[in-house]
Amino acid sequence: MKAPVSWIRELVDLPESVTTEVLTDRLTALGLKLEAVDSADITGPLVIGRVLTQDKEPQKNGKVINWCTVDVGDANGTGEPQGIICGAHNFGPGDLVVVVLPGGVLPGGFEISARKTYGHVSAGMICSARELGIGEDHDGIIVLPPDAGEPGDDVLGLLGLDEEIIEFEINPDRAYALSLRGVAREAALGFNVPFADPAERELPAVDGKAWEVVVDDPVGCPVFAARLVSGFDPAAPTPEFIKRRVEQAGMRSISLAVDVTNYVMLELGQPIHGYDADKVAGALGVRRAREGERLTTLDGADRGLSAEDLVITDDSGPIGLAGVMGGATTEMSETTTRILVEAAHWDAVSMFRTGKRHKLTSEAGKRNERGVDPLLPGIAADRVVELLVEHGGATAEPGYTLVGAAPERPAITIATDLPARLSGIDITAMTTVENLRAIGATVTEQDADTIEVVPPTWRPDINDPYDLVEEVVRIVGYDQVPSVLPRRATGRGLTRTQRLRRRIGRTLAGAGLVEVVSFPFVGDATFDKLGLPADDPLRSTVGLANPLSSEEPAYTTTLLPGLLEASSRNIGRGAPGVALFETGTVAFPADNGPAPIYGVHTRPSEAELEKLVEALPVQPQHLAVVLAGERRRAGWWGAGADAGWTDALAVVRRLAADLGVTLEVASTARMPWHPGRCALISIDGVEVGHAGELHPSVCASYGLPARSAAVELDLDAMMAAATDVTPGPQFSTMPVAKEDVALVVDAAVSVAAVEAALREGAGDLLESIRLFDVYTGAQIGEGRKSLAFALRFRAPDRTLTEAETSAARDAAVARAAELIGAVQR
Amino acid sequence: MSGPNTDYDPVEVTTLKPEEVEAARDAALAAIAAATTLDELKTVRTEHAGDRSPLALANREIGALPPQARKEAGQRVGQARGAVNQALAARQGELEAEHEARILVEEAVDVTLPTDELPLGGRHPLTTGAELIADIFVAMGWEVAEGPVIEAEWLNFDALNLGPDHPARTMQDTFWTEPADNHVVLRTHTSPVQARTMLTRGVSEGAPIYVVCPGRVFRTDEYDATHSPMFHQVEGLAIDEGISMAHLKGTLDHFASQMFGEGITTRFRPSYFPFTEPSAEVDLICFVCRGVDPESCRTCRGEGWIEWGGCGIVNPRVLQACGVDSERYSGFAFGMGIDRTLMFRHGLEDLRTLFEGDVRFTTAFGSEL
Repeated sequence: MKAPVSWIRELVDLPESVTTEVLTDRLTALGLKLEAVDSADITGPLVIGRVLTQDKEPQKNGKVINWCTVDVGDANGTGEPQGIICGAHNFGPGDLVVVVLPGGVLPGGFEISARKTYGHVSAGMICSARELGIGEDHDGIIVLPPDAGEPGDDVLGLLGLDEEIIEFEINPDRAYALSLRGVAREAALGFNVPFADPAERELPAVDGKAWEVVVDDPVGCPVFAARLVSGFDPAAPTPEFIKRRVEQAGMRSISLAVDVTNYVMLELGQPIHGYDADKVAGALGVRRAREGERLTTLDGADRGLSAEDLVITDDSGPIGLAGVMGGATTEMSETTTRILVEAAHWDAVSMFRTGKRHKLTSEAGKRNERGVDPLLPGIAADRVVELLVEHGGATAEPGYTLVGAAPERPAITIATDLPARLSGIDITAMTTVENLRAIGATVTEQDADTIEVVPPTWRPDINDPYDLVEEVVRIVGYDQVPSVLPRRATGRGLTRTQRLRRRIGRTLAGAGLVEVVSFPFVGDATFDKLGLPADDPLRSTVGLANPLSSEEPAYTTTLLPGLLEASSRNIGRGAPGVALFETGTVAFPADNGPAPIYGVHTRPSEAELEKLVEALPVQPQHLAVVLAGERRRAGWWGAGADAGWTDALAVVRRLAADLGVTLEVASTARMPWHPGRCALISIDGVEVGHAGELHPSVCASYGLPARSAAVELDLDAMMAAATDVTPGPQFSTMPVAKEDVALVVDAAVSVAAVEAALREGAGDLLESIRLFDVYTGAQIGEGRKSLAFALRFRAPDRTLTEAETSAARDAAVARAAELIGAVQR
Repeated sequence: MSGPNTDYDPVEVTTLKPEEVEAARDAALAAIAAATTLDELKTVRTEHAGDRSPLALANREIGALPPQARKEAGQRVGQARGAVNQALAARQGELEAEHEARILVEEAVDVTLPTDELPLGGRHPLTTGAELIADIFVAMGWEVAEGPVIEAEWLNFDALNLGPDHPARTMQDTFWTEPADNHVVLRTHTSPVQARTMLTRGVSEGAPIYVVCPGRVFRTDEYDATHSPMFHQVEGLAIDEGISMAHLKGTLDHFASQMFGEGITTRFRPSYFPFTEPSAEVDLICFVCRGVDPESCRTCRGEGWIEWGGCGIVNPRVLQACGVDSERYSGFAFGMGIDRTLMFRHGLEDLRTLFEGDVRFTTAFGSEL
């Protein structure tokens, strides 16, 4: 909402001391937030000049310029005519023009000085509207009306260029402030000065004779006012002040008739529509549209109507989308002499829906969908008639049609101490009553502690005691709210999951991984890039009805795409390698039907809440890791090492160790991993994720180095399995006995299997077992491999004898031989 | 070495002449002193204290002496050998120390060499920032509540007094999941977590609600330097007997000073949110210029204040929908963007740096946050 300061001051008698800054500060404190103060970016001298002579001088380039002498009175300090070169031709001697003299600055910091051009010294400039930043017209200079003033008069004020225009951000609950009436009322409230309500008018008696109006839907249209003028001069120009104010508000000046309706809407807040009465056939009707009906609106769009749209009709059918935009068939034109003026009060919800349905935002719709004072229709129509008569030579036809009446507002009962209790400010009952009266409410005292309040008609947003509290407190001032810490919080600290998540993040960062946060939006192309088969369960996603990009219309089922993109971005920006991780939500459809919508007056039952939760997608927390390119850097110490499948598994094992989780690792094949280098990770036989080298095609499609590796784990499952209280570790301080064994097995046998057999055979004396070498080669034979293990034995209570140690070792080897045919080398 | 020589040969006895013993000792001491390396000393030891050394041989001959001469000769040789061994030990110690010192010198390195074999890891400032905020509140006895990012429409809107036709629903352009009449959305704010907390935990005299809800939220904003379809919020909710705007102000002032430094306070401006009434915008005194000379401040751009978030007294309609007795309890709620908070706390120019995953961004923060 843009409001010129001069217009505000016209409606409210603000003291001189209230500068624009003081005014905007106060209004911001009251809830009308200052967005900006606009003022013309012009420094004078900008004066009226009378063209005395105009010599047309053809130039070599074919152009003709005017060498003018212009009387600028005493504004140039000499009283002598000013010589000025001008390229425009829409004026002649005797015309009053706008002259900027040397020393003036035009918008854009354009400084004017006397300069030599076309063989003359041009001392200033005759201005066009565009040069002054007040219009787009550059074809000609501004020619002022003959009665505009005398040469030398300052023209800044005349053109409204000295005006400050305040732009407010108006919250949805303060629709009344989308008018000068509302802004001025707030200003009066803010400075406790009288307010001349422009809506206070004497109205003629309602006789229904202006035009026949039939309202079929009084819920959608509680009040409808109509007036008629005739003899209107369609050629009459819009008076300067109306034109200027309409433009200052950010609207275009179109014609007197249209400008007047807009002007009154700005003044009062009531949208008004003018019809060319000669084009309206029969009575005006208000009803819901019928399915299939169409209407061409003023913006030229042909619209199919919905049965929920409120329309204005005549005998021909719909002629306007009620409250939102008028229709083309009854539009006022340059031949219109009879104007039917409509001002109506509309159901805000209906306006909102229609605006949304037709994707139509208009100044009228903006006000109607937020709620307008229902007392305004007759008043606004009368004001429009007044201005059309005054400036358009029209005659007000007798008759005033008013259908319906403003609905009664129920009184709100409120305890007088509620504002004090909710604000923490010491607000007396008297202040409460005074402030509520100041906003225009009717207050009736019930008993010592309770009042009944009927909100003013222009405040449809006030319905609850708490709404009244806000009104009282904003006038007292939000800056009066003291700062007091609540003292009764008795929280139990972070939850187990919250603590675990922090631990996991720290462990991964400690392992040299960098956390990233990526968008969860994916599409088929994303899964294609991962090489997922057509029936992969990860392709079954929660779709978005209105995605930002049609390429990514779903919520992700895997965190890898985001990480792979980020890896690729890092590599592309020159990183020699990256190790990234992300934790976040993935989603899988629940397919339990739609989520119910409940009422809001009582709490839903437990069963109802359960249904709500069941309808939501399954949303586990995942962890993903991508390791690409250099993992250990090359340097003066020697060669570096690129990331590979082992780094992926190392991250998983490190995390498991940190959480006290025992993992099972087994070979598997699953995209996007390398089919021979993918580990299935399980806990107690339940799959929790995968780790390993990425499939070469995936590395290629993301532009990542070969052998890049990745992990994706169900973090919820990992956290569920985490050890909460670690049992105190028991360990012996007796001497250790070490034995190494090398076993030859089939190449296909897993280390884990050999290790398990050794462990089983070695018995209780075995403290640890660790593979330290893998050998393949001619010595061992084709299809065989040699695994060298270091075994450590220790007894809790004594030094082991050599015999005991070798017996345990032999038993281990024997078990491995028995179970998997291992042969000791 | 060997037993007493009873079968002595008087001719050999001459070797035990005192001058000769002294000479052998002196020669040994001189050789020891002259040894400059441990290897040389080892040779000296063999020559002058080894089995074939003059003093060892002399010692062996003592037994061959006539008994009356043994004592004196024994003493003489013993003293000489003792002196030699002592000198050897001392020199050994000296040379070892010298050797060690030399090795330490030789082993000196250029400590300015790079040591960045293992790349740095780091957690994202959005994560650590949310934790910092959580810790500020947990220290006050609050709890941290969480909820799903894909949420029921009723919890995201209706329960929060945003009815189907509430204009505010267009203020927050929402991602709807398919099918669109499924009434499931990507949550547009973390407020449904507040609703869930009230619905599932309830409130009682002994267990008031004081929770903060940090989390990821979505709106259909085009992605640019200051907008993102995904961002992060932290909201707070307190429901207790006698809660007022003063408690809200106290809590936010404390939060602001913990987050931005001592003396950083907030101010309220009337505003509108469907879930609160009265509602306020909360501004933060600019923590860079502190409101002094804001004209030249790049952070607050001449305002002296920074818009931080929204807040207010919980609308009793919300309490009602969530099963809280609005006659007995009142509450306050607030919410601000974590991303935005980080942007001005750290002077970030472009919101997108948070979501690009460039490791240079994240690692720059270390564990400051």
